[in-house]
Amino acid sequence: MGLFIAQLLTGLANAGALFMVASGLSLIFGVTRIVNFAHGSFYMLGAFIGYSLLQVLPGMVGFWVAMLLAAIAVGVIGVIVELLVLRPIYRAPELFQLVATFGVILVIQDLALMIWGAEDMLGPRAPGLKGIVRIMGEPVPTYDIALIVITPFVALALWYLITKTRVGILVRAATQDREMVSALGVNQSWLFTGVFFLGAALAGLGGAIQLPKGGADLLMDFNILASIFVVVVIGGMGSLPGAYLAAVLISVLNVFGVTYIPQSTLVLMFVVMAVVLMIKPYGLFGREEVAGEHGQVGEVERPFKPAGLNARLIVAAFLLVLALVPLYGSAFSMVLITDIVIFCLFAASLHFLLGIGGLVSFGHAAFFGGGAYVAALIVTYSDTPMEFALMLAPIGAAMAAVIIGWLCIRLTGVYFAMLTMAFAQLLWSLVYQWGEFTGGDDGLLNIWPSDWLNDTTVYYFLTLIIGVGGILLLRHAAHSPFGYGLRAARDSARQAEAMGIHTKRVQWVAFTFAGAMAGVAGGLFVFSKGSIFPSELEIARSFDALIVVFLGGVKTLSGGVVGGAVLETIKDFLTRFEYWRMTLGLLIIGVVILAPDGIVGSLRKASERLGITKRPEGEV
Amino acid sequence: MLELTSINSFYGKAHVLSNLDLSVERSEIVSLLGRNGAGKSTTMKSIMQIVVPKTGKVTFLGKDITGMSSHRVAKMGLGYVPEDRRIFTDLTVLENLEVGRQPSREGTVTWTFDMLFDMFPNLAERRQNRGKELSGGEQQMLTIARTLMGNPSLILLDEPSEGISPLLVETMAKVILQLKSEGLTVLISEQNLHFAQLVADKAIIIESGTGKYTGSFDDLNAKPEIRDAYLTV
Ligand SMILES: Nc1ncnc2c1ncn2[C@@H]1O[C@H](COP(=O)(O)OP(=O)(O)OP(=O)(O)O)[C@@H](O)[C@H]1O
Ligand SMILES: [Mg+2]
Repeated sequence: MGLFIAQLLTGLANAGALFMVASGLSLIFGVTRIVNFAHGSFYMLGAFIGYSLLQVLPGMVGFWVAMLLAAIAVGVIGVIVELLVLRPIYRAPELFQLVATFGVILVIQDLALMIWGAEDMLGPRAPGLKGIVRIMGEPVPTYDIALIVITPFVALALWYLITKTRVGILVRAATQDREMVSALGVNQSWLFTGVFFLGAALAGLGGAIQLPKGGADLLMDFNILASIFVVVVIGGMGSLPGAYLAAVLISVLNVFGVTYIPQSTLVLMFVVMAVVLMIKPYGLFGREEVAGEHGQVGEVERPFKPAGLNARLIVAAFLLVLALVPLYGSAFSMVLITDIVIFCLFAASLHFLLGIGGLVSFGHAAFFGGGAYVAALIVTYSDTPMEFALMLAPIGAAMAAVIIGWLCIRLTGVYFAMLTMAFAQLLWSLVYQWGEFTGGDDGLLNIWPSDWLNDTTVYYFLTLIIGVGGILLLRHAAHSPFGYGLRAARDSARQAEAMGIHTKRVQWVAFTFAGAMAGVAGGLFVFSKGSIFPSELEIARSFDALIVVFLGGVKTLSGGVVGGAVLETIKDFLTRFEYWRMTLGLLIIGVVILAPDGIVGSLRKASERLGITKRPEGEV
Repeated sequence: MLELTSINSFYGKAHVLSNLDLSVERSEIVSLLGRNGAGKSTTMKSIMQIVVPKTGKVTFLGKDITGMSSHRVAKMGLGYVPEDRRIFTDLTVLENLEVGRQPSREGTVTWTFDMLFDMFPNLAERRQNRGKELSGGEQQMLTIARTLMGNPSLILLDEPSEGISPLLVETMAKVILQLKSEGLTVLISEQNLHFAQLVADKAIIIESGTGKYTGSFDDLNAKPEIRDAYLTV
């Protein structure tokens, strides 16, 4: 009994920081509709800044002043991000902003590295709260008790602000209809900035306040990201009580999980989320999301057309150049192009889902990494020939996509995105924690192709044929009746239904198809590297593809491929430098601000303006 | 007081208002008439700069407001009541009014909660209810009250009589006439000629986003061919 209570208390204490960070994210999303990927970075900055402040501010008062100052400092950083990065792109289509926030993550990572170095920092303990108290014989850190007491006050203050003050009323009104709020004379820009300050400050506070329990390191940003998304989604986007309840639920479950089923701690959170969303699709206290209700209807889509003769010739010429690389290129360049082609196929499969299907998945790496693991596991545990394993990769990925798709397709918008991410994380944590079978963190090694393929040049051709074939297949599917049905379902589900299209089924098939194609890329990947690690299933990998699709241009057919090629090439070049993340991050932010239609879309617009290509009929 | 000159507005590529001219004098009630899809709501949105006209000019109180952000237009004393009600359903009646509250403005009435509750007695009883708990008519009243909290000198009413009971339509007409007696200027968009005639001093008819008629109702009644061509009676 004593142990049970003690664990419950630890869980409650852990919920403190999680709630603060998650409520900040929820608040920002509620008002600005921006899914702020950089929220984990704000949390990390809170920890680092808090750490530095604690070096100079001594004693008990100093400790709490440091916490507060860290929160304010991070709030100010949030404002800077909002003003410089997000304000120019509020008018961009929904979800486009998240690419910019991803750029912010990269920049902050390198800034933190520059300022605080790569060493992990152990958080100092809170003066006056260093001891333990015994509760029914079990030791509980005094600081935990303090956190348990403080968190409800923070929640209460926040609740008061939101429900009782004019600012809170405006925030809630803007959450529902910001255009109307503006038409009533409220300057929403400042409302947004204010909300960003508050949201970022809460994340900073969360980061600072967990210092005595955790510390500060450079992995904190991504490590907390999944948890806070889960909390926000379980609680319901925009709901404070929901965030609190979900934070407690997750934290307490986690503590018990560590004790009773230690091999499943990471998985647990996502299982809870999946169960909650299956019962309550918009979280415990969430409101149904209606697409377009916030007055963010983008530009009218132009119809995709089959490529013209010129375009076909250019592509054919380009492929010829690629096919001849072995004649003039180095082995290194072949390896690089192999990587790029694989990544392009992966990106193209997500592009199909996102651009044609309008389904924004945050967890597409599940199928890339999943396919790779299927092939790797088969080769490791059976004598299956490599050629066969390579074919099984997309089949395995497709099977995963059938199941995950069935569970996710019912949701739309951000909830769909979050649930796909949750399942990807679920898969990741399974692979990560089931070490005896999957090799865990050490990965699976020695997964080489058959002898006849085990040569850079031959494998280069294999990749080129399968990769380009896959991309063409995706393109073909986009122009098939199936592709039209999928687009109809995206643009107007109701009309499509009326025309006899079973929209959810069409989307489910598309999800599976995209998953299978990502699996093809995964299979090619694992045999080109000879090994596979859980990182191929990580959030960061899903984000890579997402960034590429947005950067390339969602509304253009070649967006995924062009974006993939450009990003991989730039990355290959940049990673030679020490602070490549910052450069890449700034580059991404720059593209988002300057070319909101993506690379391909903006190039097309530019060429139309210059009169190089003609606009489609009927456009002004 | 309000002047639109050669307004051209678009939704993406759809050209909705073309070379629209319109003017409203102080203390006048002007009704903007036209069929479904004629562009009445778009005219209102173009005045509020929710839809920014591509070409043309909107002046209010002698100042060019084209391209200004909506909240600044509202702050100058232009009140906007949208057609689809758009109250904040999760907020209470009082909170809805609070969102609309602006400092008092010279030359126009300063509305208080009590004055509005006098004018809309139904809302007074429901002040602690959430927007979604109100009836359609009550919601319609709330949107008007909410806009009045901003103490506008000119108020844009987009189809105030749409979808409410005949009894309420009468109340609505009284409210509008009361606004006029308080010295407000009103531009209402209407499909319902009878209702428009009940309250307005002047009629403007548009079709496909272009002005077709401007003048008095007497004049309009004398020319049934115009009425039949551009209005559904
Ligand atoms: N958001 C939008 N996007 C694209 N087209 C629109 C949009 N809103 C309106 N339109 C089109 O603009 C035209 C004018 O619409 P508007 O709403 O101004 O008409 P209205 O006179 O207010 O009609 P109603 O009496 O039905 O309210 C219509 O053809 C309509 O289809
Ligand atoms: Mg209308």
